[in-house]
Amino acid sequence: MLLPLLWLTGCNTVVLNPSGDIAAQQAHLVVVSTFLMLLIVVPVIFLTLLFAWRYRKNNTEAKYDPDWDHSTKLELVIWGVPLLLIIVLGAITWISTHLLDPYRPLQRIDEKRAIPAGMTPMTVEVVALDWKWLFIYPEQGIATVNELVTPIDRPIKFKITASSVMNAFYIPAMAGMIYAMPAMETQLNAVMNKSGTYEGFSSNYSGAGFSHMRFKYHAMPNGDFDAWVAKTKAGGGELTRAYYIQLAKPSEKDPVRRYAAVDPSLYSAIVNLCVEPGTACMAKQMHDDQNRNAAAAAQRKAEHQASKNGNVGDIAKVAQLGAEVCTTADKPTISMKSNNASVSN
Amino acid sequence: MQAYPTETDPIFGRLSWEAIPFHEPILLATFAAVVIGGGALLAALTYFRVWGHLWKNWFTSIDHKKIGIMYMILGLVMLLRGFADALMMRAQQAVAFGDSAGFLPPHHYDQVFTAHGVIMIFFVAMPLVTGLMNYVVPLQIGARDVAFPFLNNFSFWMTTMGAVLVMASLFVGEFARTGWLAYPPLSGILASPDVGVDYYIWSLQIAGVGTLLSGVNLIVTIIKMRAPGMEMMKMPVFTWTALCTNILIVAAFPVLTAVLGMLSMDRLLGTHFFTNEMGGNAMMYVNLIWIWGHPEVYILILPCFGIFSEVVSTFCSKRLFGYTSMVYATCVIMILSYLVWLHHFFTMGSGASVNSFFGITTMIISIPTGAKLFNWLFTMYRGRIRFELPMMWTIAFMVTFTIGGMTGVMLAIPPADFVLHNSLFLIAHFHNVIIGGVLFGLFAGINYWFPKAFGFKLDDFWGKISFWCWVIGFYIAWMPVYALGFMGVTRRISHIEDPSLQPYFVVAFIGVLLIAAGIGAMLMQFVVSFVRRKKLRDITGDPWDGRTLEWATSSPPPDYNFAFTPVVHDNDTWADMKKNGYARPLKDFVAIHMPANTGAGFIIAALSALVGFATIWHMWAVAAVAFVAMVVVIIVHTFNYKRDYYISAEEVTRTEERHTALLGSHV
Repeated sequence: MLLPLLWLTGCNTVVLNPSGDIAAQQAHLVVVSTFLMLLIVVPVIFLTLLFAWRYRKNNTEAKYDPDWDHSTKLELVIWGVPLLLIIVLGAITWISTHLLDPYRPLQRIDEKRAIPAGMTPMTVEVVALDWKWLFIYPEQGIATVNELVTPIDRPIKFKITASSVMNAFYIPAMAGMIYAMPAMETQLNAVMNKSGTYEGFSSNYSGAGFSHMRFKYHAMPNGDFDAWVAKTKAGGGELTRAYYIQLAKPSEKDPVRRYAAVDPSLYSAIVNLCVEPGTACMAKQMHDDQNRNAAAAAQRKAEHQASKNGNVGDIAKVAQLGAEVCTTADKPTISMKSNNASVSN
Repeated sequence: MQAYPTETDPIFGRLSWEAIPFHEPILLATFAAVVIGGGALLAALTYFRVWGHLWKNWFTSIDHKKIGIMYMILGLVMLLRGFADALMMRAQQAVAFGDSAGFLPPHHYDQVFTAHGVIMIFFVAMPLVTGLMNYVVPLQIGARDVAFPFLNNFSFWMTTMGAVLVMASLFVGEFARTGWLAYPPLSGILASPDVGVDYYIWSLQIAGVGTLLSGVNLIVTIIKMRAPGMEMMKMPVFTWTALCTNILIVAAFPVLTAVLGMLSMDRLLGTHFFTNEMGGNAMMYVNLIWIWGHPEVYILILPCFGIFSEVVSTFCSKRLFGYTSMVYATCVIMILSYLVWLHHFFTMGSGASVNSFFGITTMIISIPTGAKLFNWLFTMYRGRIRFELPMMWTIAFMVTFTIGGMTGVMLAIPPADFVLHNSLFLIAHFHNVIIGGVLFGLFAGINYWFPKAFGFKLDDFWGKISFWCWVIGFYIAWMPVYALGFMGVTRRISHIEDPSLQPYFVVAFIGVLLIAAGIGAMLMQFVVSFVRRKKLRDITGDPWDGRTLEWATSSPPPDYNFAFTPVVHDNDTWADMKKNGYARPLKDFVAIHMPANTGAGFIIAALSALVGFATIWHMWAVAAVAFVAMVVVIIVHTFNYKRDYYISAEEVTRTEERHTALLGSHV
């Protein structure tokens, strides 16, 4: 049992030997929990084989006690030992789940280094398309398809969505996966500590082109990253909404594409399903709905009050409220924060 | 993607010759084999004139024993289909590297893994579990039949018709390409406009009705029909697990029906429950389907825990250790299984507190499960273990399941799940518990109760070959897959980029071939046992020195199970009766009131399958006619007053005397 695990930790198992701090902590959890459980699992397997051998029918020397079917002490051990283990594992789970919550901003760059003062996370907007990946770098104003490039040792905040069906965004060397879902945004905070080229892919089945929905992730020192950005900007090409609509059509094994510029409102339009001209953005629709509902509720309440008092002034107020319902002005759209993957309260 | 006629013909809908996969050589060959094999079988049945016998004594039978056997046959036949899918997937993944695309294009491969999951859960594990419960529970509680015998027959045919629809999708149209839980938006009308998802929905809806009704039936049977003296805490453990499982079925399956109903409304009527637009939310589907899906896992495993409990105490010739804690463990698992569904999608972005709540509830389940393992262990302690086949399967289970439980708890830690979710590690985990737990349990159960059902034991030699092939094959097939999970290989891919991973997949494929040999040996075991049935005959009705009531009657039991309802004083009733010098009653038999056979169940189920098929293909006229016909048959059936008959006292006497003579010849 133990040997294969040790062998695995030393092998080309990217999940257990990652290069990013978040994935490293997750891998550590896998190993720690395994060893903890082996404390029970190994004795159980050993006892099963031992008892099976010792109390075989032919072994008449072994004690036979056909009516022995209860022992309070043993029952306490049977329930108590797993309970203790689960208390330990449960505590580990509670703490690690909060510390490694993908939404939680990073506290450190790696085991030994805290985040330097003034360093802010770099944002990358990730869109899972059928069947390729679009990465938008809002701070740099560039975008790429099927290629992700980030500096090392700087926290990255991924904002993740999808165009049509569910996927999952996963770079095993960097951090655990998170679903990419249309009309919603999930987030992942992670950091890469070693330069290199890594594999990224979708880890949630999404249809015919799923198997090849992969990208290369290049992590590089800050200077190299800046050079890469400058090169990409010099390369030309702009990701407009019209171009995005073409890009979003299903295709497989797409080549790497780089865009020197990108429509700054594109990502928000993708999340809100309003890239196509003439479509209403979901956030705005919900906002309007909310206003209408609030106004209608206020009117009902006022009517109720008015019918109680029969006061002329109140009735006038009702009429005014009614008018408001019909003429609610368009308010600026609120960004739909789907933290915890649900429509904001 | 197939082209369908766009105009909607009221009779043929979107069904046309295009739907028959003439261009897919694999399907065509399968179809030819099915036609030739099936044709030969039908011809043989006609030649030997067994149709009348089959219809009168089997298809229309409301005898829980015959229905149980029919469920088992359904499950074993579908196992062959589901396993054929598994072989194809493993073969594809063993060759599809680098430039080689393998032999299954994504369009076909995606159907194969979807069908494999659906078939193995709904049409292999479920019928086998239900079949065993159907057969054994009434015998264990000393009842003559289940509470609602007609409903039982109807449930069976609904399940079978679901299976028929899945099989039909192989040759008429196509199956879903969505994965076995058909998450929207992928399963929505925009991403899957073809008939595949409709086949999925309708086969599960129809089979689901059967499962739900059979759940109601068995709950009532266990609550109301136990022999006098059998209090709840004197019920055999298998009956206890059956009770908990059926409670789970009754509570969980309506959720499945509702969620699939909403999905089909999205597809057919343009509603927006799970769409991206108009306020729909696919996460709702994922939650709902797992609120059914997680209890479903326990629906499958609990009865198997029951089987192991019976087997361990029988073959250790010893009372089960910790009966009470076993019962409580079962009930705790039953309740907890409703509080863990979110662990199937920690990665959907729930907050840390929600994720850790569901992670910890999941871990808590391992406490009663662990207690059960220890109880079996201490039943073996100071026993006299006979290594017959059922006991061998049990030991293999205890070792294998412990490993599967451990990997399960690893996946229950959300941050660990983030790196292992949807990877081959997850796949290896649930195959580890479903093969090592459910299937090994079912095989133990089949070997254990086969002599009861047919009057002869199963052949040991082929049984052991099957056992070793399965167990060794399992480890060879799945350990490399665990390792692949650590290498970051995700599930459901039909082509793998990294050629250095190929050896692992090749080893896994070899393991699957070994399992194939195990299945072959099992079929051989049935054939050889049938041939040698005289030699393997079970005369006493109690071939294993059993401890529960099913061993108190003859093998196979008479239609009425027990001439006189037994009286229960102990939870190992039959062991207690044997110890206290129980004497079989030999005279003063009375007439026995029995339910009569009816064809209504078959006809209603067949019509509902027709409704389903017609709806899948938008054959609205056919669907309407079939639906009306179904309602008419149901109404007509309510006017059928010939629902029962009496087995006369003379006939009971004759049957019992035959058994007495047999027992005499043995001694």
